[in-house]
Amino acid sequence: MTARIYKNKKAVPFFLIPAFLFMFVYLYYPFVQNIINSFMHIKYIGTSGGELNTPVLKNYITMIQDPKMLIALKNTGIMIIATIIGQVGLALLFALLVSNIKKGSGFFRTVFFFPIVISATALGLLFNLIFLYDKGMINQILQFVGYLDISTNELIDWKAEHAMFTMMTPVIWQYVGFYFVILLTGLAGIPQELYEAAFIDGGTKWQTVKYITLPLLKNSIATCVVLAVTGALKVFDLPWTMFVNGMSDTWLTGTYMYSKVYSDADYASAIAVVIVVLGVVLSVVVNRIFRQDADYDAS
Amino acid sequence: MNNTKSKKLHISPGMVVVYLLLILWSLTTIFPLVWSVLNSFKNKKMIYSNSFSLPIGDAFSLDNYRNIFANYNILSAYRNSFVISGTVALVVILFAGMAAYVLTRYDFVGKSILNALLYAGMMFPIFSTIIPVLRMQASWGIVNTSSVPVNLLSVILPQIAGNLSFAIIVLSSYIRTLPIELEEAAHMEGCNIFQIFFRIVMPLCRPSFVTVGIFSFLWSYNDLFTQMFFLRTKDNWAITILLNNIASKEGVNYGALFGSVTLIVIPVLIIYLVLNKQIIKGMTVGAVKG
Repeated sequence: MTARIYKNKKAVPFFLIPAFLFMFVYLYYPFVQNIINSFMHIKYIGTSGGELNTPVLKNYITMIQDPKMLIALKNTGIMIIATIIGQVGLALLFALLVSNIKKGSGFFRTVFFFPIVISATALGLLFNLIFLYDKGMINQILQFVGYLDISTNELIDWKAEHAMFTMMTPVIWQYVGFYFVILLTGLAGIPQELYEAAFIDGGTKWQTVKYITLPLLKNSIATCVVLAVTGALKVFDLPWTMFVNGMSDTWLTGTYMYSKVYSDADYASAIAVVIVVLGVVLSVVVNRIFRQDADYDAS
Repeated sequence: MNNTKSKKLHISPGMVVVYLLLILWSLTTIFPLVWSVLNSFKNKKMIYSNSFSLPIGDAFSLDNYRNIFANYNILSAYRNSFVISGTVALVVILFAGMAAYVLTRYDFVGKSILNALLYAGMMFPIFSTIIPVLRMQASWGIVNTSSVPVNLLSVILPQIAGNLSFAIIVLSSYIRTLPIELEEAAHMEGCNIFQIFFRIVMPLCRPSFVTVGIFSFLWSYNDLFTQMFFLRTKDNWAITILLNNIASKEGVNYGALFGSVTLIVIPVLIIYLVLNKQIIKGMTVGAVKG
């Protein structure tokens, strides 16, 4: 139902062209070009693709035999699972907790969300200091509580011995607040009467959560899981700041792609294609799992 | 609800656990920053002897900041960052607003295709576009030039494109809620479409435009990846890439590291404390509606 004033469509192109021109030049064209590049042989990153690779799938064949790429894929898989459990799981827990309290929910919203606005570079640096071998925050706390022996100067080398843990913790920690807010918004949309009815019927807190809150929150949770999965594939700044050049075998698909950009541009393009394909496939899978029996009109 | 009010002083043990858990997580987000700020005011010895001590009296030192300001051009990096991110935010607001307005109010051929393209645009990670973008911008001669403004432009343009689809989706959801009668009244008064957009729609949607602006600004300010490709020399550094370089140069000079983390976070912290409602809304509304 278009209003009468919007029947004359002459002005439409003027409004659309600036934004869509930008997106065509900087998103859609490069995206397609990148797929083509992944089949080409490119000598220098600044030059255009000369000829097709022989065989055409050379980069993709190299990839499945490239031990570093396999590490990157494995780590990214771990990262995806860790973000789903860590970020969305913790966020769900905190959202359920906050929905039960009467005072301070605004405070927790503000404080939990805060890490998201800080640059991952600054956080990477900060966590380097937190996980520092000598006099880092964690080691000092562990010494203080007596877990590490001060007299023998026993210390944990987090970045060498627990590299994956050290890399994933800040990434997960940073975005918990994001999913927390999304889930809180979802919780606010559940009609109060349902809880009252459950209360009258003598439902316990846990039963209420299990039979009312979680099923009705399903779509919000699905949104969070999709965002967490695609977000995990995009992680770059924080791992790159903490573990330059995949130090201690902490390659992720994104950081490994970057490391190849200048030395082997077409191979890097192929890695980028894999990242996109993974993102699309995983989003579809997550949606299938969560929304198979959900009604679509509820949002 | 009256029920619960009448027993307001009753605090159950369950509630204590709930608050404890929430406060514990709050500490993880507040404490590291406080720790960083405190240590930035201590010299290396003091950091080494006890990183949890307070920088009071003799322990207080501004050496780290003197050192950072002497060795790095922090002010130039701040200026570059504000030029880049300010421009990105303004252009995104304007172009996204225009597109969102037309996409919500008009029916035209190809609208569904454009909408599909918008959602697709959000799915493209920067990894999948950066190499062709680099080559394209290099062929235009705007990469690694001797002119700082041109180099900044080479970061601004891809960042604008990267924020547009999200901004359009967010703004559309707001514009849709405006009562169309106001626009019709303006039309009766003889306003053309441009006047209706700039004088009616934009002012009425001001909070959402502010939200989108803040979001784009922060995203651009914090984005390291694009800066790594296009800001390769000192004069051009914006704050994030500067920090990245300090990190690799000052490896064990912890005082300098604490100082630079503090310097980069404080402006963002101030913005956040003032505008946290809009920021939180702006960064999550797209996800909730999408």
